[in-house]
This record gives sequence, structure tokens and C-alpha cells, in this order.
Amino acid sequence: MYVLGVETSCDETSVSVTKDGKEVLSNVVLSQIDIHKEYGGVVPEIASREHIKGITYVFDQAMKDAKIEYKDLDLIAVTQGPGLIGSLLIGVNAAKVISLNYHIPIIGVHHITGHIYASNIEHDFEFPLIALVVSGGHTELILMKEHFSFEKLGETQDDAVGEAYDKVARVLGLPYPGGPVVDRLAKQGVEEYQFPRPMIDSDDFNFSFSGLKSHVINLNHNMQQRNEEVHVENFCRSFQEAVTDVLVAKTIKAKDHYQVKQIVVAGGVAANSGLRQKMKERITDIPVYFPSMKYCTDNAAMISVAGYYKYQKEQKYDDFMLNGSGRLDINEGE
Amino acid sequence: METKIQIKTLDDTDKFAAIMADLLFPGFILGLTGDLGSGKTTFTKHLAKHMGIKANLNSPTFTILKTYNHEKLNLYHMDVYRLEDIGYDYELDDFIYGDGVSVIEWYPYIQTMLPNDMLRVSICVGENGTREVTIQGEGGYEDVVKAIDHRYRNEVHLS
Repeated sequence: MYVLGVETSCDETSVSVTKDGKEVLSNVVLSQIDIHKEYGGVVPEIASREHIKGITYVFDQAMKDAKIEYKDLDLIAVTQGPGLIGSLLIGVNAAKVISLNYHIPIIGVHHITGHIYASNIEHDFEFPLIALVVSGGHTELILMKEHFSFEKLGETQDDAVGEAYDKVARVLGLPYPGGPVVDRLAKQGVEEYQFPRPMIDSDDFNFSFSGLKSHVINLNHNMQQRNEEVHVENFCRSFQEAVTDVLVAKTIKAKDHYQVKQIVVAGGVAANSGLRQKMKERITDIPVYFPSMKYCTDNAAMISVAGYYKYQKEQKYDDFMLNGSGRLDINEGE
Repeated sequence: METKIQIKTLDDTDKFAAIMADLLFPGFILGLTGDLGSGKTTFTKHLAKHMGIKANLNSPTFTILKTYNHEKLNLYHMDVYRLEDIGYDYELDDFIYGDGVSVIEWYPYIQTMLPNDMLRVSICVGENGTREVTIQGEGGYEDVVKAIDHRYRNEVHLS
């Protein structure tokens, strides 16, 4: 089964062709990061315009790379949400055009299910498993008992973890995106400052990073007032230790509670080296899978693969009422 | 019309949000300012709760806009911090000028696309964490400021 994947939920225009939910025949990603950099983050309207500029090229290139023609496709999978609404609509409508023109069925895919299924490209899922989803917009623990079944165990009550990284970087005067920079500096520092580990002992699987963010900001502010020098590397290290302690502790708690066979880490923050190291150090009884870098950030291969499994599970397509949705629950639309 | 209130605890934040929720009407625009960590999103979380919204409200920073539908009033929660050097985003127009409630964090950054008549709330963190909240509104929002002033003083300051 040949599945065309389309992803435009944020600042990456991406189209991919995969075969049988496993083999990636093409995965073209056009990133806008350099354009959004100067604004300290993705700007919705600019993102929409860039998607429009790039989308035809990305479709063409993905088909060329896969050495396949539209008429040979069996299914089109497109990200319907969550994300920037204007950006989502461009992907959804482009996918509908191909669907209508070549009579290929279409299916809407939740962006986060794509991030989770990125791990299934390089490894095979074994159920039950826990997915830790960490990115600029998400921090969630999800239980999967079988293919394409998602039970949200907990999520952030305020800031997403990637966002906390960006905001701390902003306060320290570091460039956007903050995650990779803080991660790099953290490696050169030691844990000099004691930061709180919010909700680490709470009875649920929820997260909170707003209080930690405020604590870090206040400390930085107070030190500046006292003319004390902030050791940036140590500051980054202390923040990273606090964040990863909470993420790993909650994941272990979910692992033990649900007796799972695998952990998969998904989303942009899965690229964080501190998180990778701590997960592998502290979880040794079952495998912990991180997608390789090219599948960590937004890409259409993961959407294509998720679409394949969604169709296998549900055996039904969407109609042309399919639309983008900025905020979307992982179990909606089923 | 302007008033100042003091928020000392999270309980005060909740009471302030409850009073605000009572005063909302379709098309209500509420602008919020205050430093990182001053409690803009926390306040909005409590507001959403008192509007009857069941979904967990969390930060809109990444997507700039998050929408919450409710049979009485929809809530459009925005963080426009990243629009500082741009000043507008036409994709937000339909929401700001729609018939729900718009809560806009860092609203001065899109001042040119906002009407004069709106409620402006600024949160300032004092020593020991007390929040000095300045509430300001003209036109149709003058009554809202008066009502908040009156009710908050009765329900919080005197209790």
C-alpha cells in the first residue's frame, strides 16, 4: 500500500511517500526556520505564505524521489491538527486537490500520532507502550495498548517543555530556538543552582513547567539586581537537570504502573541530548526508542506511516468535509 | 476609567477570574500585559474554568492562538509576544472581531489591529510576590471596570 503523507502544521512544508507503513520512499522537508528565526518563533501569517510558495515544489519532488505517479497511490494522509490553522488548511486543501483529481481516498491524521509513529519506522512497536511526547507545543504521556489506540495519561497544565526552553533562553539572551542552544551550553556546565522539580511527586501523570520557568527568571533577575554574574552554562545545566528529572521520573512512574514493554519518545525535544542520556541511564529494563534526528522534527513520513496504521485500524476514509483544526484532541475524529 | 486591585494568593486570582467571567459579553476583548511569569496564563486558566470550559487550558505561546468552544461563549486565547516586530496578524482578525471572548497576552504588540474599546489588564509583580493589577477600560468597558472594582473590594479585600 502506497501512502502519500502531507504535513504543514507549523513551519515545515513536507510531503512523503511510504510503502506498507514501513518503507520510506521519499521524505521532502522544506524548512522555514531561517525566516522565523528573526522573530524569535514561528509567525502564523508568514508561515502560511511560505507554505503556499513551497508546496507545489515539495509535492513534485516527493513524487520524483519516490519514482511513483499519483495514479499509483492508494491513500493520502494529511495532518488535520493541531497546529497553526492557516498552515494546516494549505496542506489539507492541497491533499484534497490530489485526492479529487486522481480519485485517491484521503484520511486526516493527528499531528502527535505522527510523532509517535516516527519511532515505528525504525523499530517495531510492542504493546503496551508509553509514548512521551515533548515539543514546543506539547508535553504529554500517552498509553498505547494496540496500534492506533491512544489514551492520554497526563499533559502539561501550563507551558510545554520546549516552550519553557525557549523562554529561559530568551531571558538569558540566547537565540531562538532555545532548546538546542540551552542543551549545548548545559553540556559545558555543572548543576550549580538548585531549581524545583514541579509535580515530580504528584499522584497523576501531569506536568507543570510554568513555576520552574518563573523561578529561573526570578533568580536571573535577582542576581542581575545584585550585580552577581550569572554563569550561563551552569544555569542551563541546572535548568536542564530539573526538566529532565521530571520528564524521566513521570515516564518511569507510567512505565511501572502500566507494566509496558517499550517507551518511545516523540517530538522535537526528543532531540535533546540530556533527555536522551538520562532516559537511557535510568530506564534499563525495557527498550527506550528515540527517532533518528530526521524523524524527530516535523516531517511527512511520520504522517504517512500514521495514516497507514489509522486506516488499518479503522478501515474507513474521510470525505471532503475534512478540515484543519488548530486545537485537536488525540482521540477526536475517530 | 481605571482601578487597581491587589492579588495576594492564587485564591484571589480565582476570585478575580470568577468576577470577570460574570461580566463577559460576546465580542469581549481583554488585553493582558505583565512580565514573563507574572501569571497571565494562570489568570486565563481560571477565567476559562469560570466560563464553564472543561478542557485543560494551557499556554498558547507556540501556536499564538488556542480556541476553546463553549455553548455560551467561545474563548480565544492568544499570546502575541512574537508579533512584536510585525504588529499584526490578519489570521487573528476573525477571532478578535468575532462573537467570542478574546484574551490577548502582550496585546500592545498588535495595538494597531485592536479597537479603542477593550479592557486592559496589567499585572505587576511586587516584592513578596503580591500582584498589583491595573484594570483600565473605556466606552462600553467602563461599567466592567466599575463592577470589578466594586465586587472585588467587597468579596476579597474585606473578607
